[in-house]
Amino acid sequence: MVIKVFKNFFKKVFSNMFQKKEHIKLGFYGPPNAGKTSLANRICKDFAGEEIGTVSKIPHETRNVQFKEKVEISYKGKQMTFKMIDTPGIATKIDYEDFLKFKVKKKEAKTRAKEATQGVVESIKWLDDMDMVVIVLDATENPYNQVNITIIGNLVARNIPVLIVANKIDLRKADIKKIEAAFPEYDVVGISAKYGKNLEEFYESIFKLTKKI
Amino acid sequence: MSKKKKLGKIKGFSIQFLPYSEIKDLDSNERIKKILGLILGQNILILQGKLRAEEETRLIGDTMAMIGHINNFKGIELAVISGNGYGGFFSKMKQGLANALSGGDLGAITIIGPATVVKEIKRNPKKIELMLNR
Repeated sequence: MVIKVFKNFFKKVFSNMFQKKEHIKLGFYGPPNAGKTSLANRICKDFAGEEIGTVSKIPHETRNVQFKEKVEISYKGKQMTFKMIDTPGIATKIDYEDFLKFKVKKKEAKTRAKEATQGVVESIKWLDDMDMVVIVLDATENPYNQVNITIIGNLVARNIPVLIVANKIDLRKADIKKIEAAFPEYDVVGISAKYGKNLEEFYESIFKLTKKI
Repeated sequence: MSKKKKLGKIKGFSIQFLPYSEIKDLDSNERIKKILGLILGQNILILQGKLRAEEETRLIGDTMAMIGHINNFKGIELAVISGNGYGGFFSKMKQGLANALSGGDLGAITIIGPATVVKEIKRNPKKIELMLNR
């Protein structure tokens, strides 16, 4: 652990001294169905002209890490290039029977469950490679979920800057204050990825976060 | 007159307490192995203290790898309750020092259960509820 911290520290110091980052690796993490792909799609569509992945009401729609290289985000005259990394939702349990409720056939549900478990493992592996991370949470759900705390704990241990996004603020049940109360040490931005609500504040926070890399 | 609600029959399960002293000298691999071994025995585990952040992700990763390979294993439910909350810099430093001396955050309790037994662990800062599968 101590060796890892020193390694990361020296890696950061020397990479800052001798080379300018060509693009910042921006990861989207969170539990399933929080809207990670919806947000990544919105950014990619606005600044790169095409989406990163498909969105669905069925949990674990994203089962592989998806990338979009060289996405140049412009905000208030500033420009920065990012490599967008959309990750599968992290969960502690996956039951194929849960997919049957969405009228998915049994065989397909079993395949989906298997791919989803592999997706979680892949998401965890990618934690080491991020420059900064956006944690996307569903603002209508209870934020005191161990998965959220575990992801943030891992990012803190790796000195990776974190921004928390409270998504789905267009829904009546959304409660940003609850998320702010759960994570008082972090910036929380309330957005609606589906309707593009409050993205200005999101971009401002992203640019602010790049200074912590 | 309202009908009396029938209580469903809860399938057998046991609660096992694991003191921190039992995992203190184990490396991360052995800790995860021990925890998952107890979970596979359909136990709800109450662990004194908490795992390191990277051990928690390792536990999730290993759990995922086991789903589909072990009959009727669907994953775990996990919650950590920490009595320390969010304090200021000095209280954190004091806590960090105490943790370093004891080897783990002994003010915390980790609850881990198999998803086939524990349907959900609902928590907020003031209470924790274990919803069991019937």
